[in-house]
Amino acid sequence: MKKAIQIMSVICAVLFISAFTVYETTPQEGVGSGYSIGDVAEDFSLKNTDGNMVSLSDYKDAKGFIVVFTCNTCPYAVMYEDRIIALDKKYASKGYPVIAIMPNNTDVKPGDNMEAMKDRAKSKGFTFPYLIDEGQKVYPKYGATKTPHVFLLEKTGAGNVVKYIGAIDDNYKDASAVKTKYVEDAVDALLTGKEVKQTETKAIGCSIKV
Amino acid sequence: MLNYHIDNEVLIKFKAMKLKLLIVAILIITSCKQENKKVVKDIAIAKKEVSSDVNSNDVELEVYDYEGFKKFLNKKDDKVYVINFWATWCAPCVKELPYFEKLNSEYSDKNVEVILVSLDFPHLYESKLKPFIKKRDLKSKVIALDDADMNTWIPQVSKDWSGAIPATVIYRNDSNKFFEGSFTYETLETEVKSFLN
Repeated sequence: MKKAIQIMSVICAVLFISAFTVYETTPQEGVGSGYSIGDVAEDFSLKNTDGNMVSLSDYKDAKGFIVVFTCNTCPYAVMYEDRIIALDKKYASKGYPVIAIMPNNTDVKPGDNMEAMKDRAKSKGFTFPYLIDEGQKVYPKYGATKTPHVFLLEKTGAGNVVKYIGAIDDNYKDASAVKTKYVEDAVDALLTGKEVKQTETKAIGCSIKV
Repeated sequence: MLNYHIDNEVLIKFKAMKLKLLIVAILIITSCKQENKKVVKDIAIAKKEVSSDVNSNDVELEVYDYEGFKKFLNKKDDKVYVINFWATWCAPCVKELPYFEKLNSEYSDKNVEVILVSLDFPHLYESKLKPFIKKRDLKSKVIALDDADMNTWIPQVSKDWSGAIPATVIYRNDSNKFFEGSFTYETLETEVKSFLN
């Protein structure tokens, strides 16, 4: 019995310590791999906040997808929440629904776990799926590095082709001061059969937690 | 280190004592919880004390747009500059700050200067950033970069920067290296040394 108590206190201590462990990532020179403009994006099957699994192939009538890697906890992602909802409201009916994917490791960011995601989707009234990248297999394929990070896909005979990668617009602080709406411009171009002019943009975001 | 208690022999005994253990486990987990609560409470008290002490009025903060900030990336005075992009809300950034502070203090007489570039939101400079600088007693130079048109300036810092933070530029005159990700003190020191040799 004494030994048992010993073991349990060790387990207790391990649990307690591990709760405070922060995981290391090694600094990377340059950017990792991932999709470039023109690549065909693989489909996935990820769990939505309603419990159902969602794949791009479920959307038979879609012309493409606005895939947004986002999360609950990143201040930039939060600042863009309303604008992501607005994108879905404007473009889902035109064939370009928003598909939001939460890429963070929820052991590192418990505020991004499925329960928290459900709460956020409900309180903000998300009109689009908010999927969890369980096992963190999908975001590295795309080459997402931060939240929010948008990948605009166009459905073609060859698959879902990456047409735009980057930010939503050019002013995170103030939606009313935005000069260029990168994602809207890109979707509008695709809807009218034109080439996307600005195919890649950069913005500050929170690194994806591994 | 903690694993050596749980060897095979113990594991077998462990199984035999399942029921007893269950009771013990419940007891201990409950006490674990109480312990946790106590710690949380202590932290809360500590925070309160700190915040009441902090008077950040005397923290001077230089704020730049990218045009104004550029000069910090283009000095040609033979010094090694370590430019770290961070924010108080970025947990991995805050975690590596002590390494930059240590580097700054240990290498300041070796021709190395650390500049911490905060990307905090301007409306939180007074309530978050300045108290943070004061509380952590940051010795490295801290400046704030406030320029919403990120797609214009991020590629100018480095074409390899996706925009995720933490991110760090190390340069000396015309040679420079860019890093997206977290450092340990050892990896940071190694990179800086490569510029000194």
